[in-house]
Amino acid sequence: MTDSVIIRTDQLKKIYQMGEVEVPALNGVSITIQEGEFVAIMGPSGSGKSTLMNILGCLDSPTDGQYYLDDQDVSKLNRAQLAHIRNEKLGFIFQSYNLLPRMSAVENVTLPMMYNKAAAGNQVEMTEKAEELLGIVGLGDRIHHQPKELSGGQQQRVAIARALINDPVLVLADEPTGNLDSKSANEIMDILHNLHQSGRTIVMVTHEHDIAEQTQRIIAVRDGLVELDNKNGRM
Amino acid sequence: MKIIDVIKVASRSLTSNKLRSMLTMLGIIIGVAAVIIMIAVSSGTETAIANQINSLGANLVFVMSSFSQGGAGGGMATSSGGLVYSDADAIANSVPHVAGVAVEQTTTQTIKYGNIVLEDVSILGTTPDFTKVREIEVEEGRFLNDQELERSTRTAILGATIAKELFGDTYPIGQKISVGTLKLTVVGVFEEKGLVSGVDYDARVYVPITLVFDKLMNSQFSRIAGDRVRMIYVTVDDKENIDDVILQINLLLSKLHDVPLESPDFQISTQQDIIQTQSATTESFRILLAWVAGVSLIVGGIGIMNIMLVSVTERTREIGIRQAVGATPQDIQSQFLTEALILSLVGGLTGIIFGISGSWVFSRFGDMPTVVDPISIVLAFGSAAAVGILFGYLPANKAAKLDPIVALRHE
Repeated sequence: MTDSVIIRTDQLKKIYQMGEVEVPALNGVSITIQEGEFVAIMGPSGSGKSTLMNILGCLDSPTDGQYYLDDQDVSKLNRAQLAHIRNEKLGFIFQSYNLLPRMSAVENVTLPMMYNKAAAGNQVEMTEKAEELLGIVGLGDRIHHQPKELSGGQQQRVAIARALINDPVLVLADEPTGNLDSKSANEIMDILHNLHQSGRTIVMVTHEHDIAEQTQRIIAVRDGLVELDNKNGRM
Repeated sequence: MKIIDVIKVASRSLTSNKLRSMLTMLGIIIGVAAVIIMIAVSSGTETAIANQINSLGANLVFVMSSFSQGGAGGGMATSSGGLVYSDADAIANSVPHVAGVAVEQTTTQTIKYGNIVLEDVSILGTTPDFTKVREIEVEEGRFLNDQELERSTRTAILGATIAKELFGDTYPIGQKISVGTLKLTVVGVFEEKGLVSGVDYDARVYVPITLVFDKLMNSQFSRIAGDRVRMIYVTVDDKENIDDVILQINLLLSKLHDVPLESPDFQISTQQDIIQTQSATTESFRILLAWVAGVSLIVGGIGIMNIMLVSVTERTREIGIRQAVGATPQDIQSQFLTEALILSLVGGLTGIIFGISGSWVFSRFGDMPTVVDPISIVLAFGSAAAVGILFGYLPANKAAKLDPIVALRHE
């Protein structure tokens, strides 16, 4: 099996300037994640795991160090270029689902395609693909429901479908089960496992051990450094 | 993002808050309607003035006496003071393209009929061509004829107001009125013409000009003045030839009066000149109105900016979500700019509709002549669009600059 590298970071540093004071959030993080891995990132609040997640998600740029995503150095890109990377290579799943409230499920799922150069404009194809993905996450019968008409677990499933619509190389999940009861959480985790099984690369931030332990690999972050990188899926 | 999608997204977010969008557009609607109505009213007034002036004869050239700077004093006593009666004949006989010539000399007299006395009435001495040249119709009786002119017969034609004041319901034709020391027979009454360029055509008495020369002008003055006339009206056969006729009259009269061409003792103007002078006053009024309307457009624009800024704050999280899934700063900017533009353009179109129908209402029920100027529509719509872009830019830019991480965390 020839593994191809999806994420490679080299001495990632992020320093926030708070007036006169420099507050370091990342002190040199070097990690490599292969295609097809399911990785959990853990750490207490203030550990830098959110900052790491933001940089991995191309929502933020490192102060220093390199970040190669899918063999492309994205650490020095400008905001518009990062937006294109997010659109084409990344899929996000958030703790609070982050669906647009006045749009139906299928419209929410097609949203990333509207910003995609290759897909934008082809309404029929977009809708077909969105409906197919909603079917996969088990919402085939609710494609025209608005978020307020859906339960938390259902909303998160819409968000997963949205994350997959542009066929990303990496799915980033930020506390995907944090707002859910355990039954819905299990359903979401089942979907993520299925995605992993079908070859998706998933990086998930969580502070719940039992959720993290369902993955293959746990990276623990503390004080802006990788404290532990456990490849057998146990703490 | 495709433009059609940008427009769809923008109009969707505007229709999701209809009342707010409508109130925001109100400023633009009022501004645009005000611009159109105000320009319509002022250009309507202007057209009405021009029509009135043109109604007193078409293709008219006015030759007026003025005092020469060069000819006075010297050996040429006859050249020192303006137009004389024979100039009119000279123009009629030797200038090509002249269709008619009328002469006018005025004096002021007290007139009487029975026990009715009217003081300081303008007496206008003129020639039979006057009705033709000034396009004014005799309603009762007739106008002067050549015989009366030649013999300076004691006849008078009355303006409509004078006739009413003197005679009331009595039939005026054939009656005798006294003008100064003279007894004149009324042979005609003019139709009502009203006030044109400050001259009341209905409050005058028209007599043969020869009668003015012989009997009515102050005797001392007339001895020096001779057969001086105040004004010669020249009708030109075609609009095209007006400039040519003016030149010919200039050459002819300069030669006759023996004055240099560059400092003549007469002045020539056209109806167009008079209309332009009149327009100058309405012009400044119109500019003032346009400024007032322009200010209301700007106020409307500020309203749009205000609401867009509120909207950006309210939808910070939406902006964050869109950024996370791949909206570039430019995508976000164009979305908000499009919203501002739709508000101002829809407002502008509605304003145009209100402006046109408002102008119609003004002319229909307000007794105010209005002419909707197509340029004012283009102008108003263009400024509405400009206001949209101008005042939409700041909020759109604010939205585009939002940090996606901060925006996503916004409650």
